[in-house]
Amino acid sequence: MENILNALVVLANFVLIPGLAYGSQIALGALGITLIYSILRFAHFAHGDIMAFGTAFVIFGTWGLQYLGISFGPLPTALLALPLGIAVIILYLLTADRLVYRFYRRVKAKPMIFVMASLGVMFVTNGLTRLLIGPGERRFDDGQRFIIGVRDFREWTGLAEGLALRGSQVITVVVALIAMGLLFWFLNRTKSGKSMRAYSDNEDLALLSGINPDRVVWITWAIAGTLMVLAGTLYGLDKSYRPFTYFMLLLPFFAAAIVGGLGSPIGAIVGGYIVAFAEMGITYAWRRFFSHLLPDEWMPAGLMQVLPVDYKFAVTFGILVVVLIFRPTGIFRGKTL
Amino acid sequence: MKKFLLAASVSALATGAALADEVRMGVLLGFTGPIESLTGHMADGAELAFSEINESGAFLGGQTIVPIRADTGCVDSALAQASAERLITSDGVVAIMGADCSGVTRAVLENVAMANGIPMISPSATSPAFTTFDSGGIFFRTAPSDARQGLVLASIVMERGIDTVAVTHTNNDYGRGFADSFVANFEEMGGTVTIVVPHEEARGDYTAEVGTLSSAGGDALVILGYVDGGGSVLRTAYELGAFEQFFIGDGMFGDELVANTGEALEGTIGTIPWASGEGTDRFHAMAAEAGINGESSYTRESYDAAALLALAAQAAGEATPAGIAANIMNVANEPGEEILPGDLARGLEILANGGEVNFIGATNVNLVGPGEAAGFFREYVVENGEFVTIQYHQ
Repeated sequence: MENILNALVVLANFVLIPGLAYGSQIALGALGITLIYSILRFAHFAHGDIMAFGTAFVIFGTWGLQYLGISFGPLPTALLALPLGIAVIILYLLTADRLVYRFYRRVKAKPMIFVMASLGVMFVTNGLTRLLIGPGERRFDDGQRFIIGVRDFREWTGLAEGLALRGSQVITVVVALIAMGLLFWFLNRTKSGKSMRAYSDNEDLALLSGINPDRVVWITWAIAGTLMVLAGTLYGLDKSYRPFTYFMLLLPFFAAAIVGGLGSPIGAIVGGYIVAFAEMGITYAWRRFFSHLLPDEWMPAGLMQVLPVDYKFAVTFGILVVVLIFRPTGIFRGKTL
Repeated sequence: MKKFLLAASVSALATGAALADEVRMGVLLGFTGPIESLTGHMADGAELAFSEINESGAFLGGQTIVPIRADTGCVDSALAQASAERLITSDGVVAIMGADCSGVTRAVLENVAMANGIPMISPSATSPAFTTFDSGGIFFRTAPSDARQGLVLASIVMERGIDTVAVTHTNNDYGRGFADSFVANFEEMGGTVTIVVPHEEARGDYTAEVGTLSSAGGDALVILGYVDGGGSVLRTAYELGAFEQFFIGDGMFGDELVANTGEALEGTIGTIPWASGEGTDRFHAMAAEAGINGESSYTRESYDAAALLALAAQAAGEATPAGIAANIMNVANEPGEEILPGDLARGLEILANGGEVNFIGATNVNLVGPGEAAGFFREYVVENGEFVTIQYHQ
C-alpha cells in the first residue's frame, strides 16, 4: 500500500501537479488563439509577445503596489495588479486593430496577409517589451509560496517521497477554471456572446441580422486580451517571467488550439491539457515511479524515458504533425487551417 | 542637406581612425546574455588596469590605451564574431581582452582573431578544449582550464563521503567540457555518476530536467552551469525535494544566485578559480578605492589579462598584434621583477629600460602549456546567504 502511495506521490510531484498548472496556462493562451481565429479569421502570431507585454505591466503594477506597501495577504500582489495589465493590453490591441488589422479587414485581405500583419505586430511588441522591462528574467511572486512543502509533507505522512504544492499552481488552476466558466457563460448566455458566435458562423448572415461587426471585433480583442494577460501573469507567477520564454509559448498554444480543433473553445482547453501532459509524460523518466511498484529484479537498467528532456518541443511538434495528417479538424471538429 | 551628410560622414570617418598617441584594445565580453551580471564588473576590472597604465604615463613613451567594449552575448557566436570584426576592422584594436564564455571565445578565435592575427587573452574561457587547440600562439587565458576544476570539484565531493551523484550541465562548450572532466575524475576516484543531463539556458521551467535527475537518483546534485539556468535547476530540485545537497562550479558563483535561490542554496559547496595573497588583496583595495566590485567572479582575471596585454606591448616596444602575442609569455612568467597590482608603472619602466618582469597580478599569474593559467581554486560553502571560504586548492 505504501509503495503505491509513494509511486502516486512521485507522479503527482513531477508530472500531475506541474502538468495541471502548465496545461491551464496553455489552455488560456490557446483559448485566445482559437477565439481570434474563429471570429477574426486569422492565426494570431503576436499572441506570445503581447502576453509578455501585458505581463510587464502587471509586474510594474506589482512593484507599484509593493512600493505603496499594499499586499494581498497570502496571495500574490500581482493578482491585484491584473486589471492594470488587462486595461493596457485591451487598449493596445484595439490600437493595433485600428492601425493595422482594420485596413486589411476593409479590403477583405486573405488570412495569410493577416498572419503576416500579426507577425509585424509581434516584432513591434517584442521590441517594446524589451525597451520597457528588458530581456532579463523577473520574479514577481510574493505572498505564501508553498501550500505544502516537500519536507513538511514527508514529516506529516511518513512517506519516503515528498510532494510540493505551490500556491501559484493552485491559483493558476482556480483562476483558469473561473475564466473558462465566465467565457462559456458569456458566449452561450449573453446577447453579445451570441452575436459573436453568429458572426463566427456566417459573417454575411450576421451582418444582415443587424449585428454591429465593429462591436464584435472589439469584444473579441477585449476577451482575447484578458485571456492573454491572465495566461501571462499565471505563467510568470508559477514559473518565471522572461519575454523570450513567452514568445516560445506560441508553439504549445497553437498546438493545443489545433489539436482541440481551431475555433472550438472547449477544444482549446482539452488541447492545452493534452499538450502539457504529453510534453511532461513523454520526457519524464518513469524509473522512480515504477521502482516503487515493481520488484527489484523486474526493474530495467534504463531510466524508462521515451525521449530526453531536450526533446520537449519535438513532442509538441510531433503531436501537431500527427493531428494535421490524420485529423486536420482536431478532436472537436474545428476549422482547418 | 548635402552639406550635413558630408559633415556627418567626415566626422564618422574621423572617429573611426585611431589617433597617433592612442592604442586601442578591445574588451570583448557578454554584456548581454546568461552572465551579464558578471561581465560589467569584469570590464571594470580590465579598465582599472588600463587606467593605471594611462596614469603612469610610461606606456610606450606616453601613449594611452583606449579600451573599447563590445558584446558577445556569451552564447551568441554570430554576435560575438560581428563584434570582434567591428573591433578589429573598424575600431582598429591591436589586442582583445576576451572573450568570456568558451563557445564564443572559440568562435571568435578561429574565425576572426586567427584570420587577423590579433592576440586574445580570455579572463574566463575555461573549457579544456583550448588546451589542445593550436591557435598559432595568439590565444592565452588567465583563468585555469575546467579540466583542473573538474578534478578539484570531484575530490571535494569525494572528501565529503558522497560517492553517487547526478550531474547536470549547461548545454554548451563550457558545460560539456567541465562535466566531462568532473565525471572522468569522479569515476576514477571510485565514485558513481548516475546520469548526466544537459540543460538549456533561459527556459521558464526545469521540472522535466529535475524529474529525470531525480529518477536517476544520487546523494547529491552537481550543477555545472550559470546563475540563470543552473540557479533555476537548483531551486526547482530543492523545491520538489529531489535533492538536498548541491555542488556547483564557477559559472554559478555570484550574489544573484543567492538572491534567486534563497534557502535552497544553504549548504551548497562549490569551486571557483580564485587567488589569495598579497596581489589579490592589493587588487581588492584598488578596486574598492576606484568604486568598482572587485569581489565578483573573474574581475581579477580580467585585470590581469588587461595588464598582460599592456606589459607585452611595452616589452615589444610597439603596440602591434605580433609584438604583443610574442611577449605575453615573457612578461607573465619568471625570470624578472615581480609585479603586483598597483606596480604596473614600475613594470613599464623596467621593460622600457630593457629589463624583465614577472607579472604576478591579482591571481598569481603563471602561464603554462599553450598559455593558460595554472590556477588556484577556492572551495566555498554557502552559509546564511554568504559564500564562506573553506580552503584553497592548487
